[in-house]
Amino acid sequence: MKKRFYSLAGLFAAGALALAACGGSSGGPGATANTGGYKTVKADSLPASPTLDAIKARGKIIIGTKFDQPLFGLQNPTNGQIDGFDAEIGRLLALRIFGDPGKVSFIESVSKNREPYIQQGKVDAVIATYTINATRKKLVDFAGPYYVAGQDIMVKANDTSIAGVTDLNGKKVCTVTGSTSATNLKKFAPTAQPLLLDTYSSCAEALGDGRVQAVTTDNVVLLGLISRNPGKYKLVGKSFTQEPYGIGLKKGDDAFRSFVNDTLATAYTNGDWARAFTETVGAVEKTTPTPPALDRYTHS
Amino acid sequence: MNVVLHHLGLYWSGLWVTLELTVLSFMCALLVGTVVAVMRVSPAAPLRAAGLLYVETVRNTPPLLLLFLFVYGLPKVGLIYSLFVSAVVVLGGYTGAFVAEVIRSGINAVPVGQAEAARSLGLTFSQTLRHVVLPQAFRTMVPPLGNLLTALVRNTSLAAPIGVLELTERADQLNATAAAPVPIFIGVLITYMIVTLPLGAVIGAVERRVAVAR
Amino acid sequence: MLYDVPGPRGRRRILVGSIVAALVIGALAAVALVRLAHHGQLDAARWKFVTEPSILRYLMFGLLNTLKVAAVAGGLALAVGALMAVGRLAPSVLVRAGATSYVQFCRSLPVLPLILFIGLGFPELGVRLPAFWFLVLGLALYNSAVFAEIFRAGVVSLPRGQREAAYALGLTYWGTMRLVLLPQAVRRVLPATLSQFVVLLKDSSLGFVISYPELLRRGQITGEFTHSILQVYVVVAVIYIIVNATLSYLVHRLERRQKRAPIVRPAAGASPLSTPTDRGAVRAGGKELTGR
Repeated sequence: MKKRFYSLAGLFAAGALALAACGGSSGGPGATANTGGYKTVKADSLPASPTLDAIKARGKIIIGTKFDQPLFGLQNPTNGQIDGFDAEIGRLLALRIFGDPGKVSFIESVSKNREPYIQQGKVDAVIATYTINATRKKLVDFAGPYYVAGQDIMVKANDTSIAGVTDLNGKKVCTVTGSTSATNLKKFAPTAQPLLLDTYSSCAEALGDGRVQAVTTDNVVLLGLISRNPGKYKLVGKSFTQEPYGIGLKKGDDAFRSFVNDTLATAYTNGDWARAFTETVGAVEKTTPTPPALDRYTHS
Repeated sequence: MNVVLHHLGLYWSGLWVTLELTVLSFMCALLVGTVVAVMRVSPAAPLRAAGLLYVETVRNTPPLLLLFLFVYGLPKVGLIYSLFVSAVVVLGGYTGAFVAEVIRSGINAVPVGQAEAARSLGLTFSQTLRHVVLPQAFRTMVPPLGNLLTALVRNTSLAAPIGVLELTERADQLNATAAAPVPIFIGVLITYMIVTLPLGAVIGAVERRVAVAR
Repeated sequence: MLYDVPGPRGRRRILVGSIVAALVIGALAAVALVRLAHHGQLDAARWKFVTEPSILRYLMFGLLNTLKVAAVAGGLALAVGALMAVGRLAPSVLVRAGATSYVQFCRSLPVLPLILFIGLGFPELGVRLPAFWFLVLGLALYNSAVFAEIFRAGVVSLPRGQREAAYALGLTYWGTMRLVLLPQAVRRVLPATLSQFVVLLKDSSLGFVISYPELLRRGQITGEFTHSILQVYVVVAVIYIIVNATLSYLVHRLERRQKRAPIVRPAAGASPLSTPTDRGAVRAGGKELTGR
């Protein structure tokens, strides 16, 4: 009896450990490129950088991105893959480091987890509609910007009572915990009643259910939500801020930041950036903008 | 550490909501639990089946999923309730299934001879319950009910992912801007313990008072 | 035995009551279904995802992740719980105090903030691990305290003679626990242990606050992607119910098997399981002391 118990326990423990060793995310999102044909090539030499060394040793780059944001980072449950502009930028980075856009693995980073994941080294970079601002620069570094959006408002398609941000005062508005949208909402509409959830898709649900009267965040994010729910919502169309999206990096690794900025610069000139844009955001934003000027700041 | 001290007001308002949730949900749970327990011991088979179905379904589903179903699923059929009310109803209904089982076991734990003696004295069904069975059952029910109450205090933290501004959610939002998870969440855990530890002691004392002397 | 066996009038009343109850329940169910259909929630399009193998695979891997966490956390919690239970009953005051503090402390922790603390706080302190291990640690910490209490209750419920006889044979406290008391105690409280394991499995759904891709989070993503949130949540609930109900059913089977083959109390003289040389000896592994 005792022997059977111990052997069963041992079998159980071994089985459990084997399962655990199988990696914490089975069926996790890999990254076979779904948009190919990029012109960027593998860099001849990589600068000395702790992050790059870790990436090279690992054999792939780990990018934190959104999993539920249409156009930028959306996980397709049928194949586990992440589609979107942010994901494509990640693939361009992999292409530049390894010569293979597939050498990238994505981890879901909701807004409030972006800084922690960078600081912990859980990801090598965060490309997740990540607005650059001075407060965040205290905790992380930014490469880019690689796109400039503006904060806007989304309402139900037949709602005419909200024409601008000041109309949000006194109304229930949804946005995401830890986002610049939340801070800006307080600034521009101080008497609005915010409902803070973890993801924008939950906010869209809340709007559709009538729990809130508006959702506020960057216009491209809203356009993505609108495109996935045809006819239900509309954009108010008066953006009231400038939101430069950057690539979040570990603070202090300037060599890596330079490398990422160089990759972006190359993608701007050889058309890869424009191509990534038209394949993703281009579905709703018909005119491809000019890429924004990169901010290669130095630490003073 | 300063983060916590500067924002004690947030902790307090979060704790207050947590306590409100606990009290209201527990009252709801006692109500639901009693009804379901009665259903489960009733002579009518459909009621017994419905009670069993309720208990088995609720007990085997994660409470967070139940919350999501209520908050995100019900609006799809036009039923929307405020987040706080949703949390109270779901937590009350969830805990209620466990309360029902505690009540049922409590009643079953009273020796059959008690009821038989009561019947032979001519007491009716309700008299038997009121004067003989329930008082004795109650004594055995106190410890498990106390455990359920403590568990409920801790389960109110599940209202955070749906946006209710209770203690955990307040801390989470604070951390999103202050980025100091260690002091902030230690503060949260300590605050919860300030409620659950004394509660456990009180329940232990009550348990000893009403314990069946063997 | 709260009421007499019903006579003919009583039986009729019960029958009427049952029919009424059945009708009421049926009516409520009908109302619910009508409402669902009215809002288009019974449309085939919304349920189509059940037939898509890729989506099912996505969800099943989520279930696998859930089970992995539950298995590892459960194993850890059981081991630590057994240790703490033994510690709480130890003769040494220091050991008792330490184990008791651990158990009282960990039992009063709410699991969600605990997981947030470990998942967000540990990396700040330099501990870098995959989300899987943070989730396992959080679940194991709390549940080890609950298991400790369950096992302790089991040991305390054993007849005192077991411990006394073991001491009489010269076993130390730890030896007594390991060889005589714990095995019996664990068998006694197996149902409660497995019930708590079900609770642990349900709590694994909290992994989504630290981005662990378990079943609930994957269900959320699937629901939003396919515009069928209500339907996906219902399916996910059914999956959880099936898994947990199966576990609970196994508990029932074990309970019944225990009742059918109780710890043998030998009559004066012959016992089918004892040989003459064993009579009066303590069987390490849990058979009761013969000749009591």
